[in-house]
Amino acid sequence: MSAPSIPVIRQSAGAGAARAAARRNAQKGAGADRRPGWITYGILTVVLLIAIYPMYYAFLIASSTKEDVARHPIPSLIPGSHLWENMVKVVTSDIGFWAALRNSLIVSGVAAISVVLFSTLAGYAFAKLRFRGRGPLLVFVIATTAIPTQLGVVPLFLVMKQLHLIGKLPAVILPGLVTAFGVFWMTQYLESALPYELIEAARVDGASMIRTFWSIALPAARPAATMLGLFAFVANWTNYFWPLVVLGAVPGKTTLPVALKMLQAHYYADYSQVMAGVFVSVLPLLLLFIVAGRQLVSGIMQGAVKG
Amino acid sequence: MATTTELEISPPVGDHRRRPPSRLRQKLGRFDVKASPYIYISPFFILFAITGLFPLLYTAYVSVSKWNLLTGRHGSAGFANYVAVLHQPFFWKAMRNTVSIFLLSSVPQIILALVIAAVLNANLRAKTFWRMGVLVPYVVAPVAVGLIFGQMFADQSGMVNALLVKFGMNPIAWHAQVLPAHIAIATMVNYRWLGYNTLVVLAAMQAIPNDVFEAAIIDGASRVRQFFSVTIPMIRPTLLFVIITSTIGGLQIFDEPTMFDQQNGALTAGGADGQFVTVTMYLYQLGWGSQNNLGRSAAVAWLLFLVILIISLINYGLTQRIASEGGPARGRKRRKKVSA
Repeated sequence: MSAPSIPVIRQSAGAGAARAAARRNAQKGAGADRRPGWITYGILTVVLLIAIYPMYYAFLIASSTKEDVARHPIPSLIPGSHLWENMVKVVTSDIGFWAALRNSLIVSGVAAISVVLFSTLAGYAFAKLRFRGRGPLLVFVIATTAIPTQLGVVPLFLVMKQLHLIGKLPAVILPGLVTAFGVFWMTQYLESALPYELIEAARVDGASMIRTFWSIALPAARPAATMLGLFAFVANWTNYFWPLVVLGAVPGKTTLPVALKMLQAHYYADYSQVMAGVFVSVLPLLLLFIVAGRQLVSGIMQGAVKG
Repeated sequence: MATTTELEISPPVGDHRRRPPSRLRQKLGRFDVKASPYIYISPFFILFAITGLFPLLYTAYVSVSKWNLLTGRHGSAGFANYVAVLHQPFFWKAMRNTVSIFLLSSVPQIILALVIAAVLNANLRAKTFWRMGVLVPYVVAPVAVGLIFGQMFADQSGMVNALLVKFGMNPIAWHAQVLPAHIAIATMVNYRWLGYNTLVVLAAMQAIPNDVFEAAIIDGASRVRQFFSVTIPMIRPTLLFVIITSTIGGLQIFDEPTMFDQQNGALTAGGADGQFVTVTMYLYQLGWGSQNNLGRSAAVAWLLFLVILIISLINYGLTQRIASEGGPARGRKRRKKVSA
């Protein structure tokens, strides 16, 4: 596999990654960094196995019966033949699996789209437009990224009660619609990725402000927006505390993590079934990871250098 | 800036659109330029005010009120909620557990993240593959991680105990005892976040300019010496970022200990004797458990906020010291290089 060229990296992973790649190439040229030996790969293989094993363990238990689980605390590495049976039991059990899956998809999908749209809008304004109060407002956004907003859970619950949203999906979605981190992230990205000349050209051509945003800024923001959307999706998909508070453990009305907790509470004696539930709920995000894991990796690494 | 010649956006006012609309358009254009930034940032600020800032501040008000989940506010409570909470042994137990689990999860995690990042920082083949590999656990929900590890650490017929017995050791009561329970829960947190933090640290390592290392090599610094005297001081801001975020997240821990409780029914008891109840679990119990006491729940939230603030400040102070220890070392090196 040949390494992608630096312009390709800039296109796919953003300017930061491109700079990093350029640096790496320079290193290679200088001969400072030779290929590491097998010990390095050995250590990494062990790390990788540790990262993957718990999921494989869930898969192994999910494919056996509860008698097998009791008899063999250390499961054999070859899966059993009861996976399908256990999965069917889970999706037809009284925890309301399909409704939970649908709810999780709606919550995570809406939150991801909304975070991307509003963060890009605000990030564009902060990065490229001049307006009174811009500096202090941006400082405010950065400061709020470090505030543990989950601690406002009691009043947030009261707000949802006032809005008559307790037990309804919008109550879960509403707090996830914007994140301070997202605004900060898009501001950082657009500052370097969107040249003023492009905006000015669009303005001279007579495009309105929103038109300029829509056809110039939004396309330029796409790589960073994709990553941000992925993070928002994962964060909302894995969220447990807030859906539990505002929806409760009600079959058919809640999200997947809460449904999993119900599965544990109802079937804790049959762990092969609980693990089948875990397996089914992890599967969608694992598929997402196979498709978009590369973006998640570069997203985390870019955010780290800038943040 | 405002150009008035194009047709595209002119209002459709028939034949008269030559002169008057141009003035209107100028006004509209100016308004567009002036107002647009505020319109663009307003969704964030409005939604954040409603769902983030207001609730956090209003927590202070609820915490000094008598407030029932079902029947609402019943007048002021002064500091009675705080006094009541601070007199509960269960609160202190929850605080002890939270800090203990936090330390057990964040300290080993940051050390391991540094080590694995250093290994990944080599000029590897199939870089992206290895990086993706360490990140896999990040997409597994804490609830799922909790269920998987809860089973692995089961007191009877759990895999970890079976392995211990196999190697001639005594099985451990992971759920019943305090420290083993904390270790098991910290393992879940470490599992999910180690890869993420490794990549953050790795990114910082790659941003260190090469000439700094060259200077160290010229000075005869060993690999290990380079790591401690160059790499760690150079990535200090990132370490601070990792430490602060894991403080904020770690002290609010809820999902993993909740899932660790395999008892039917009691959702957030945190073990038979509260041996792994955390502050956020206690907060949930007070507000949405049998007591329905939102006032006390809010008091706990505010106390936890203070603790997070204090620990973050301590962390900040500690990382500043890393800087002052690293700074002079770098200075020495540069001088040496010049004189050489």
